[in-house]
Amino acid sequence: MTFPFLSVITFTPLAAAVLILLIPAERKTEVRVTALAAGVFAILLSLYVYFGYDQAAGGYQFVERYDWVPQLGISYYVGADGLNLPLVLLTAIVMLTGVLISWGVDDRPREFFAFLFLLATGVFGVFVAVDLFHLFFFYEIAVFPMYLLIAIWGWVKTREYAAMKLTLYLFIGSVIALVGALMMFVAVRNFTGENTFDMLAMSAAEQAGAFDFNLVLNNPFTGTPWLASSFQKVVFPFVFFGFAVLGGIFPFHNWSPDGHVAAPTAVSMFHAGVLMKLGAFAALRVGVMLLPEGARFHAPWIVLLTLVNVVYGSFIAMTQQDLKYMIGFSSVSHMGLVAMAFMTINRIGYTGAGLQMFSHGVMTALFFACVGMIYDRAHTRQMPELGGMARKMPWVAVAFIIGGFTSMGMPSLSGFVAELPIFLGVWRARALDVAGLPGWLASLAQQPWYFPAIAVISAVSIVVTAAYVLRAVQRVFFGELPHEFEHHVGDVTVLDKTALVVLCATMIILGLYPAIMAPLIETAVGPVMALLGVQ
Amino acid sequence: MQFSEAFIQTLTWLIPLPPLLAFALIVLVTNRSKTLSHVTAIGLMGLSWVMSWIVFYYTLSIEHFGEHVIAAAVDWLPFGSAAMGTQPLQMGVLVDPLTSVMLFFVSLTCLLIFIYSVGYSNYGKPRDDHDRPGTPPHGVEPLYSRFFAYLSLFAFGMLLLVVADNLLLMFVGWEIMGLCSYLLIGFWHARNYPDPKQITPRQAAVKAFMTTRVGDMFMLLGIAYLYSQAQTLSFREILRSDEMLTHLATTPSVVAGLMVSHVVGLLLFAGTIGKSAQFPLHVWLPDAMEGPTPVSAMIHAATMVSAGVYAMIRMFPLLSAGWRPGDPLTPPMLAMAVVGAFTALFSATIAVAQSDVKKVLAYSTISQLGFMIAALGIGGYIAAAFHLVTHAFFKALLFLGSGAVIHGVEHGHHHAEQLAHTGGHAAHAPAAPFDPQNMFNMGGLARRMPITYWTFVIGGLALSGFPFVTSGFWSKDEILADAWVHAPVVFVVLAVAALLTAFYTMRQISLTFLGEPRSAAAEHASENDSIFRPMLLALVVLAFFAITAGWVGILEDFLGLRMPFPNWFHGYVGGVLLEHPPALEFNPVPLAASLVVSLGGLLFGWWVYRGYRKGADDPLAGPLGAMYAVLRDKYYFDELYERLFVRPAVWLSETFASEWVDKGVIDGTLHLVGRGALRLGRIFRDYFDAPVVNGSGDLVGESVKRFGRSFRVIQTGRVQQYLLVGMAIVVVLGAVLLLPGLGQ
Repeated sequence: MTFPFLSVITFTPLAAAVLILLIPAERKTEVRVTALAAGVFAILLSLYVYFGYDQAAGGYQFVERYDWVPQLGISYYVGADGLNLPLVLLTAIVMLTGVLISWGVDDRPREFFAFLFLLATGVFGVFVAVDLFHLFFFYEIAVFPMYLLIAIWGWVKTREYAAMKLTLYLFIGSVIALVGALMMFVAVRNFTGENTFDMLAMSAAEQAGAFDFNLVLNNPFTGTPWLASSFQKVVFPFVFFGFAVLGGIFPFHNWSPDGHVAAPTAVSMFHAGVLMKLGAFAALRVGVMLLPEGARFHAPWIVLLTLVNVVYGSFIAMTQQDLKYMIGFSSVSHMGLVAMAFMTINRIGYTGAGLQMFSHGVMTALFFACVGMIYDRAHTRQMPELGGMARKMPWVAVAFIIGGFTSMGMPSLSGFVAELPIFLGVWRARALDVAGLPGWLASLAQQPWYFPAIAVISAVSIVVTAAYVLRAVQRVFFGELPHEFEHHVGDVTVLDKTALVVLCATMIILGLYPAIMAPLIETAVGPVMALLGVQ
Repeated sequence: MQFSEAFIQTLTWLIPLPPLLAFALIVLVTNRSKTLSHVTAIGLMGLSWVMSWIVFYYTLSIEHFGEHVIAAAVDWLPFGSAAMGTQPLQMGVLVDPLTSVMLFFVSLTCLLIFIYSVGYSNYGKPRDDHDRPGTPPHGVEPLYSRFFAYLSLFAFGMLLLVVADNLLLMFVGWEIMGLCSYLLIGFWHARNYPDPKQITPRQAAVKAFMTTRVGDMFMLLGIAYLYSQAQTLSFREILRSDEMLTHLATTPSVVAGLMVSHVVGLLLFAGTIGKSAQFPLHVWLPDAMEGPTPVSAMIHAATMVSAGVYAMIRMFPLLSAGWRPGDPLTPPMLAMAVVGAFTALFSATIAVAQSDVKKVLAYSTISQLGFMIAALGIGGYIAAAFHLVTHAFFKALLFLGSGAVIHGVEHGHHHAEQLAHTGGHAAHAPAAPFDPQNMFNMGGLARRMPITYWTFVIGGLALSGFPFVTSGFWSKDEILADAWVHAPVVFVVLAVAALLTAFYTMRQISLTFLGEPRSAAAEHASENDSIFRPMLLALVVLAFFAITAGWVGILEDFLGLRMPFPNWFHGYVGGVLLEHPPALEFNPVPLAASLVVSLGGLLFGWWVYRGYRKGADDPLAGPLGAMYAVLRDKYYFDELYERLFVRPAVWLSETFASEWVDKGVIDGTLHLVGRGALRLGRIFRDYFDAPVVNGSGDLVGESVKRFGRSFRVIQTGRVQQYLLVGMAIVVVLGAVLLLPGLGQ
C-alpha cells in the first residue's frame, strides 16, 4: 500500500488540534509551536502531492478508498485531480500563514488553534472528496467551527450577529444542496439498482442516462401538472445555489462581508481565502459535474446574477470606510468572476476559474493579514482615521500594494493570469440549450453580443477595483500620519513578514509563470468539458 | 563586426532585463547607498542601451529586413491544444524595423534621463535637515535610491513593450508602465499645497492611473475580442498575414454594421486614447506634471505616451485592414483622424494660455501626439512613426531643459533668500510662497543659464518645425504633406495647430529666457553648480539628436532637387507593412504652409512677448477677453468630469448599491424574514404553544390535581367510614347488575 498522502494531509490539522488541547493552557508558546509544525508539515505534503501529480495520466490520483457505510454505498473516498490540488495547496498556504500571523493571539490560543485546525481538516476533507457523502460530512465540519471562532474571538461589536447570520446562510444552503444530492442518489439507485455516493459512479450513471426523466409535480386538487421538467433542469439550481451561497453568489452574499469583518484575522483569512472557494468548488464538483445538462440550461440567466456580483460588489467596496468591509465586498466581486467563469461552459473560462480560485485565495488572505496587522497596532480599521502607515510598517504597505495590484489584474501578478482567461472565456461563451427558457431570455441569450456584452459590463469592475484599491492605499499608507500613531504604532514582527513574503511570492510566481498551474488545471477541465458536451 | 543571428536573438530577449535586475538590486541590496544605487541603475540601463544599439546596427545590414525579422517565442499560458481550436498564449520577442527604431531612441533617451536624474536629485549635496521624505528636497533627495528603482522598473516596462511580439506581452509592459507612472507621479506623496484646490502629487497619481485605466479596460476587451476571433495575439500571425487580415475585415462583428477588425481597432484605440492622453481622456497628463521633472520627461516624452502611439502604429495593418490608399477610411482610422486632429488643435489652444513652464510642455505633448494619431488616421504610417522618433528627442530635451530652468530658479530663490537674511532685512516676513515653475517669474535666464538656453532653443525650434535644420520640421512636414494629399480638412486643422505650436513655443522662450529678470530668483539663477553637470550633458546629447534625427527621412526629390542621400527612414520602416507604402511626391503647397506657420508663429510670438514687463498682464489676456480664462482653466474639463462621472459613480456605489439594494433590499428582506420568524414564533408561543399545547398539558396535570383535591375529602382514615362506603358500593353495584335481570 502506498503512503496515504491525502488522508495524512486531511487529518494533520485534526491531530494537531487534539495534541494542542492536551497541552496545558498556560504553555502558550508550545501551543503555537505545535500549530506551526503542523502547518509546515501540511504544506510540505501538499507541495509533494502537487508536484507529484502525473499530468500526463490525469484523472484522480493518490486515491484511497475505505468502506464507511457499505449498506448505503457510502465510503471514505479521496483523490487528487487538477481542480482540487491547487486548492489543497492554497489551504495549506493559508493555514501556515494564518498560524504565523496569529502568533499574537493571547486569549485562549489553545482553543483558538484547535478550532482553526478543525476547520482546516474540514476544508481539506471537502477538497479531496470523491464520495458525495464524504464531501457533505466534511463540509459541515468546515462550517461549524466558524460559528464558535467568530462568536468567541470575533470583533465585539458585531460578532454575535455575524456568526448567526453566517451560520444560518451556510446551513440553509447546505441543507438545500443535500436535498438535491439525495434526489440524485435516489435517481441513480432507481437507474442502476445500486446504492452509491461515489461521484464517479454517479457521474457515469448520469452519462448513461440516469437523470433523463421528467420530474412531475401535480396539483393535488385538479390533478394537472404544476411542473413537468427534466430532472437535471429542476435540481441543478438547488444544488448549485445551495453551495454557491458559500461562494458568495448574489443575492446570497450578504453573510460574507459581515462574517469577514467580525472574524479575527486568521479566521478572516481562512474564511475569504479558503471557505468561499469551498462553496465554488462544491458547486462545480456536485452541481456542474453531476448535472451538466442543468448547467448548460441555466447558464444564460445565472451568468446575469454573477455579473451583478462582479460589478455591484466592486461598487459597494468603493464606498466602504472600514477596510475589512472593503475587502469583504471585493471578495464578493472577485468570487463573482469564478461563478461567471462556471457559466461560460468553455475550457478557457473554466481554466480561468481554477486559477482565480487559487489566486483570489492567496490575495485575499494577504489583504486580511495586512488589515489585521494594522488593526492590531492602530486599533482602528476606519480609513479616514488612518494615514501614513507606510512609514511605520513599510512591509505591510508593500504587501498590500502588491495585493492591490493583483486584485486589479495587473499583468505579471496572479490576478491577471486568472482574470484574463475568464474574460476571454466569457467573450467566447455561447448559450447552448435555450429550449425551455422564457422566450425573452432565450432570444436574448442567443444574440451574438449577449456574452460579449456581459464581458464588457463586467470589465467596468476592473476600473472600479483600481479606484477602491488606490483609494485605500492612499488613505491608509500615504498622506499624514495621525499624531497619536506616531509613538505607539510600530513595525510588524519577523513572523508577520514571513507570512507576507510567502503570500506575495506565491502571487508573483504564478503571475510570471502561470504554466506552473494552468496545465494542471487543464487536465481536470478536459473531463469536465466532456461531461458538459463541449470541446 | 559580424554577429550571428542566434546571438542577436538572445540579445533581444535580454534587452529589457538589465533594468529589472537594477530594480531588484536597488530594492534588495543597494538601497542604503545612493552612489551604488545610481551606478547600478545607470550601468545596467547602459547595458540595455548597448544591446539595443547592437541589435539596431545588426538590422541595418539585413536586406529586406521587414521580411526577415528576428523572432522567438515560448508558451506562456497554455489552453488546450491546436486540435481543439485553441492555441497557447505565447510570450516572445520580435525585432522588425519599427521595433529596431524604437529601441534606438527609447534606450538612449532612457539612459540620458537616468544620467540627468543624478543631478536633478541633487546628488553630491549634503542632506538638508528640513527635507522630509516625499517632498521636493533642497539637499540630496532623501528617497534617492527609490527613485532610481522606480525609474529602472519603468524602463523595463517600456523595453518589454517594445520587444514584445504579441499584444498580451505588450499589454504587460503597458501596465507595468502604468504602475510605475503611478508610483513616480506620486513620488512626492507627502507634498501639500496651501491652496486646497491645487492638485497634490498623490491625487495626480491616482487621477493618472484611473484615467488611463479606463482606456486599458477597453484595450483589454479589444484583446479579448481579437483573441476570440483570431485565436492568436501574435503580431506576426495577425499583421503579416493577408488571409487573417481579410478574414477579420470581412467578418461581421457583434456590433451591427462594423466588421471585427473595426471593433477591435476602436477598442485598442480607446486604450491609446488613455495612454497617449488624447481627447477626451487627456485630463491626467497635465496634472502628471506633479511628478519630478525627469519623470515628466520619461513618461510624457520618450516613453509612456509614445507607447500609445507605438501601439497604434504597430496595429496599423489591423486598423486599416481592407483599406488601400485612396479608399474611404476605415472606422478606426476615421476615429483616429478626427480625435487626433481635434486633440492637436484643442490642446494647442490650451497651451497658449498656461503660465507653468511644464504645463505648456504637457499640453504641447498632447497636441503633438494628436499630430501622430491624425497622421496615422489618414494613412500616413511612415510620417507618424517618423514624428514619434523626432518628437521623443526634442520633447525629452524640452522637459529636461525646463527641469534645469526650474532648478536654476529654485537655486536663485534660495540664494536670494539667504542674501535677504544676511543683508539685514531683519523684519523679513516669511516669504510668500514662490512658484519656481511660473514663467511670469522668470525672464533673462539666457545670460545666466546659457547652455540650458541654447539647448532649449534648439528643442523649441524643433517643436515649432523651424525649417530645414531641425528634425521637427522634416517630420511635421511629412505629416502635413500626407494630410494635404489624403484629407485636406485634417491638413487645415493641423496647420492651425502648428501655427499655435510655434506661437506658444516662442512665448515660452521669450518669457523664460529673454528680457529682464522679473524676480529676485530669476536674477540669481545659475547653472554653475556641480549638480548641473550631468543635466547639461543629457541636454547637449539630446540637442544633437533633436537636430539630426530628422535628416534620415528627407524626401528624395525635396524641392525638386535630387538629394545626395536616400530617404532611409521610409525605406527601412516601410518594410514592416505587407505592402511597402508608396513614397510621397514632393508638393510645394504643404511645404509653403509649414514654412509659413512655423516662421509666422515664431515671429508673432516673439513680437507679442518681446516687451513683456514685470507685473503686467499676459499680453494675450486683453485681446482674448473671456476666452483667456476658459483656455487657462482648460475648458473646465476637470469640473465637467467631476460632475459627469465621479459623482454619479459615488452615488451609484454609496446610495444605490450600498444603501438601497444591499442594506435596504437584501439585508432588509433578510431582517424582515428574521423578524417575521421571530414574530411567528411569538404568535405560536402566545396563541398556540402557551394556551393550547402548554395549556392542554397543564390541563391534564391540573385536572388530575383538582380531581385528587376533591377526593381528598374522603380520605379520612376512619375504617368504619370506609366500610360504610364499601357496603354502599356493593349495594349499588348489586342493584345495577341484578335489577335488569329481575325485570325479565
